[in-house]
Amino acid sequence: MGEGAEPIIRFEAVDKFFGSFQVLKKISLDVALGERVVICGPSGSGKSTLIRCINGLEQHEAGSLSVEGTRLGQDRASLDKVRSSVGMVFQQFNLFPHLTVIENLMLGPVRARKLSREEARDLAQRYLERVRIPEQADKYPRQLSGGQQQRVAIARSLCMEPRIMLFDEPTSALDPEMINEVLDVMTELAESGMTMICVTHEMGFARRVADKMVFMDHGEIVEEADPETFFNTPKSQRCQDFLQKILQH
Amino acid sequence: MQRVILCLLMLTLVSGCSDQWGWYVVDPTTKNGAVNLKFLLSGLYYTVLLSVTAISISIVVGLLIALPGLSSNRPMRVFSRTYVELVRAVPILVLILWVYYGLPQLSGLTITVFWAGVIALALSDSAFEAEIFRAGIQSIAKGQYEAAHSISLSYADTMRFVILPQAIRRILPALGNQLVYMLKMSSLVSVIGMQELTRKANELVVSEYRPLEIYTILVLEYLVLILIVSAGVRWLERRMQADERN
Repeated sequence: MGEGAEPIIRFEAVDKFFGSFQVLKKISLDVALGERVVICGPSGSGKSTLIRCINGLEQHEAGSLSVEGTRLGQDRASLDKVRSSVGMVFQQFNLFPHLTVIENLMLGPVRARKLSREEARDLAQRYLERVRIPEQADKYPRQLSGGQQQRVAIARSLCMEPRIMLFDEPTSALDPEMINEVLDVMTELAESGMTMICVTHEMGFARRVADKMVFMDHGEIVEEADPETFFNTPKSQRCQDFLQKILQH
Repeated sequence: MQRVILCLLMLTLVSGCSDQWGWYVVDPTTKNGAVNLKFLLSGLYYTVLLSVTAISISIVVGLLIALPGLSSNRPMRVFSRTYVELVRAVPILVLILWVYYGLPQLSGLTITVFWAGVIALALSDSAFEAEIFRAGIQSIAKGQYEAAHSISLSYADTMRFVILPQAIRRILPALGNQLVYMLKMSSLVSVIGMQELTRKANELVVSEYRPLEIYTILVLEYLVLILIVSAGVRWLERRMQADERN
């Protein structure tokens, strides 16, 4: 994160509407290379929509959004360029149920990155080891626990060798005892220097790995600070209320 | 199922004892009966060939009609919708007559009975296949498209490797149904002279004057054929489910 370096992701006054409802209001946010950003906020505040804009799952209506210097517009070419460098992990895992674990991992490398099947298999096996489930390679997703499925989903994204990883509430659909195995994998990934943007309510994880905390409410970024400042001296009332609610347990 | 078949066989055999029946026309132990029986069974070849060719074409056409119907592009959706509504509104028999007698006049091409039958059956069935594919594809969760998008798959690869394999598993019973339907509807092609099961039976009735026995055999021919197809589809369904679960 050199000073003055060009940000890898830049939102400038981005607006987005669902019908007449404005989900994102004048969002401006810079993410530097290697930075770990955690976004939190009440449900319906627009945090998922914000990160879904980054890989083109949602299109913004006004303002500008660029990823690695490529401006995301309506055209196919910029979208393809951007999504090839951005990986995404979903709340519901979204594994392909008709394919085995290793086939889930190999599909992108073989079809989109044009690797040979042998290369793709080696790559997939390597990432399965990295998420610590190499022995599940030939099982189908439904035979795995939720935590294992989410780790497969992370490995599937990593097989595309992205430079940015997006996490959309990756532990929200998991049983409590499985949350840590997923967070451990994410923490390791953060330590490896990956640029990460995570939407999550896991504040312990946020404290440990985040370089920057972002709090959103009603489609706006209300507060943006380093974790130390964010957790100890939140400025806005809305953010204080939110933190109080989720940290009181 | 076995009991049903048994009852039907019993019924025909028992009835055969009464005065109205004359099973001799198809009695394989007599020379004439054996020839007649062979003649009837020889229609099987075209019934199967016609149905299988037509359904293969109609599945491909159906898919090609269903896909634009699911696009976000309005003219494409309108095209798909219009095709389905128009084709579905024409009775199969009318379509067969139109293709065989009308189309050559319009296009200047001569068309064989077989291909007229295939075109008419495939065209008619493709509208139903399109609706089946549309329902199957729409039943796949949005997250599957999003995951495919996030690993940079193209639209064609997303369909081929992610969406269709799952959709086809779900619509397999409906596709099996269409094959059964196709086998039955192929009997209509007898009106333009296709030498399939029904036509053979009609011709034999004209020369032997034993409609009761001959059409009973015809019913049994279709019954056996369709029971075999049903069993095949069930087997395929089980195998595909096993693929996912094992």
